[in-house]
Amino acid sequence: MAAEKQVTTTGLLGWVDQRFPLTSLWKGHMAEYYAPKNFNFWYYFGSLALLVLVIQILTGIFLVMHYKPDAAMAFASVEYIMRDVPYGWLIRYMHSTGASAFFVVVYLHMFRGLIYGSYRKPRELIWIFGCLIFLCLMAEAFFGYLLPWGQMSYWGAQVIVNLFAAIPFIGPDLSVWIRGDFVVGDATLNRFFAFHVIAIPLVLIGLIAAHIVALHEVGSNNPDGIEIKAKKDEQGRPLDGIPFHPYYSVHDLIGVTGFLIVFSYVIFFAPEFGGYFLEYNNFIPADPLKTPAHIAPVWYFTPFYTVLRAITEDFLFWWLVPAIALYVILVWLTARTFMAKLVATGVGLALVAGFFLIDAKFWGVVAMGAAVVILFGLPWLDRSPVRSIRYRPDWHKYVYTVFVVAFVVLGYYGTQPPSPAGNLISQIGTLIYFGFFALMPWWSGLGKFKAPPERVTYSPH
Amino acid sequence: MIRKILTKLALGLAVAAGAVGGAAAAEGGYPLDFFPQNKLTEMPSLQNGARIFVNQCLNCHSAALMRYNRLTDIGLTEEQIRKNLLFTADKVGEPMKTSMSPRDAKEWFGAMPPDLSVIARARNSQHGSGADWLYTYLRAYYRDATRSTGWNNAVFANVGMPHVFWEQQGPRRGAMIEEIKEVKDEKSGKVTGMVRHVVTFSETGVRSEKTEPLSDDAHAHTGSTIKLGRAEGGTMNAQQFDDMVGDLVAYISFMSDPTAQVRKRMGVGVLLFLAVMFVFVWRLNASYWKHVK
Repeated sequence: MAAEKQVTTTGLLGWVDQRFPLTSLWKGHMAEYYAPKNFNFWYYFGSLALLVLVIQILTGIFLVMHYKPDAAMAFASVEYIMRDVPYGWLIRYMHSTGASAFFVVVYLHMFRGLIYGSYRKPRELIWIFGCLIFLCLMAEAFFGYLLPWGQMSYWGAQVIVNLFAAIPFIGPDLSVWIRGDFVVGDATLNRFFAFHVIAIPLVLIGLIAAHIVALHEVGSNNPDGIEIKAKKDEQGRPLDGIPFHPYYSVHDLIGVTGFLIVFSYVIFFAPEFGGYFLEYNNFIPADPLKTPAHIAPVWYFTPFYTVLRAITEDFLFWWLVPAIALYVILVWLTARTFMAKLVATGVGLALVAGFFLIDAKFWGVVAMGAAVVILFGLPWLDRSPVRSIRYRPDWHKYVYTVFVVAFVVLGYYGTQPPSPAGNLISQIGTLIYFGFFALMPWWSGLGKFKAPPERVTYSPH
Repeated sequence: MIRKILTKLALGLAVAAGAVGGAAAAEGGYPLDFFPQNKLTEMPSLQNGARIFVNQCLNCHSAALMRYNRLTDIGLTEEQIRKNLLFTADKVGEPMKTSMSPRDAKEWFGAMPPDLSVIARARNSQHGSGADWLYTYLRAYYRDATRSTGWNNAVFANVGMPHVFWEQQGPRRGAMIEEIKEVKDEKSGKVTGMVRHVVTFSETGVRSEKTEPLSDDAHAHTGSTIKLGRAEGGTMNAQQFDDMVGDLVAYISFMSDPTAQVRKRMGVGVLLFLAVMFVFVWRLNASYWKHVK
């Protein structure tokens, strides 16, 4: 028999510790995980995302107990939950509001990463796991939105699945394969239910675990964007670090309570949120024979939906072709390696050739996908010598502001019916969105940077 | 939400300025009236609305997601429901279903009348709440002899539903639909001028129309507006009729979201609790962090 593991704990905890790393896990991730002491408001949203995840899983379990994934019964079963299940309305509103809340906190969490450079070396993997979580979340929301089987559920799914039909050669067959039918129907509802309650949540939880493990491996970034591990005391603890528990556990309680106040306000007083969280048309049961006059996705998808709609044939030839040409010229003028010039030229030529060969609708789908995928590249696109926005040139702040405004405007136009003026603004917004990332290797290194401090900026309170 | 508030504001301002003729018109060119919200919490109104709903609407429409015994939420006892309101079911636990068969419905109206369980929520829009829409719609019928029912509606053009409350509101009501449109040259497609197209319905529904050109300096905007005449010959005066329709719409709104009032009361308690909790967690946090230098 192997020698027994030596542990410092005694009693039941000692017994457990000899068989499971309970104390060391607790210490490593909570009591002796040193987080920078200068976290600000923006740092609430990570823990809030975790809270919303738990709310969604718990309310989801109870919804599944009463929901019927059947095209003939789904709509009525949701209303059954709202009317006949004790507190079913509360559970359902928590879940529907939770979906929007998830995106609110995740968008703010991502924005925090953006302004403080939290994705920079050595935190690239945290960022990539985060982007994968965002992708999963979009899939989860999309699959879940079909389940109430209202008009918007139905036609939203129809529109999105039809996008796959734009892929050359395999598209039409692919979209039938995804739906399991020639139109969205019972088969589609059942498979979307499976994805929504089992497949995606499993992947999501795995990715969140990886996101946190990676974070705890390298330690958290902070609003100053400097490494707290660079300055340590005799025991090897970061001088500007503070144990996550109890300091940040009590700190996050403030965020949790503040969040719950807003969350509860919506649930109890405005669960439809003016048609943005629960769309009005979705109170009409799905009808495959009646296409609604105006199909709009839920608000959190609208920026990407607008990118999709912005790509028209005119836009491809009159805006994108010149933009790509200028971009390739820029690469030729500034790139250090011949390889980079070659790759840029190759990709540019392939894209322009593609514009001539394949329908604009397909390029809309590509652009919508690219708008999400481009986020993955952020750690390598950003060439700024400092991480945090605090020590960047002032004009960088305007660049970020323009980006945020463009994103919000894209989101707004996604909720509106198409119009010539809206289309033009959407196209400008799309160019700004992609330009922000595509030109980042150039602009992020320009300007006069301030020197970050040796120690974090913190005033005791 | 904000859009809705702004629209309501604009509507309110338009009404205040006496420009009711469609300054902030809903789709179809007819502005929505405000549903009297206070009826949502008045039990006599809700109960009267339930009575009208069961007696009139349930003949053709279902409310299959609503059980009769849910009416206990608006102050009725199961005994009262059983005695007075249970026309289409045997037990109070059963849902409100119409006894009209879909086949008959198809023959009489062209389609099965929609289920009304959640109609007040479905009819929400940026033009106003679902209750505003229903309240305006049910009061906006006018005579149109070209329709098979003899009626048309300013909110829901060419609606299949007849004017159920014609006796109360009155059998005579005319309307004037004014449409301003551009005239295009057939060959070039260029706009050559504007015309005013007016369709008038007499109080017995006789249709007449005329088109007149507008001069260039009239500064007219394209669009259509509907003006309704006074309803005449009803058993109720306008105030009584509005009141009755208000009661009915209050009930339909309640039915679409029966927990709304409970929810709001509970919400107040939850928010108060969270406000107190916020003070505690704020002080708890401060007591830990005061040692952090």
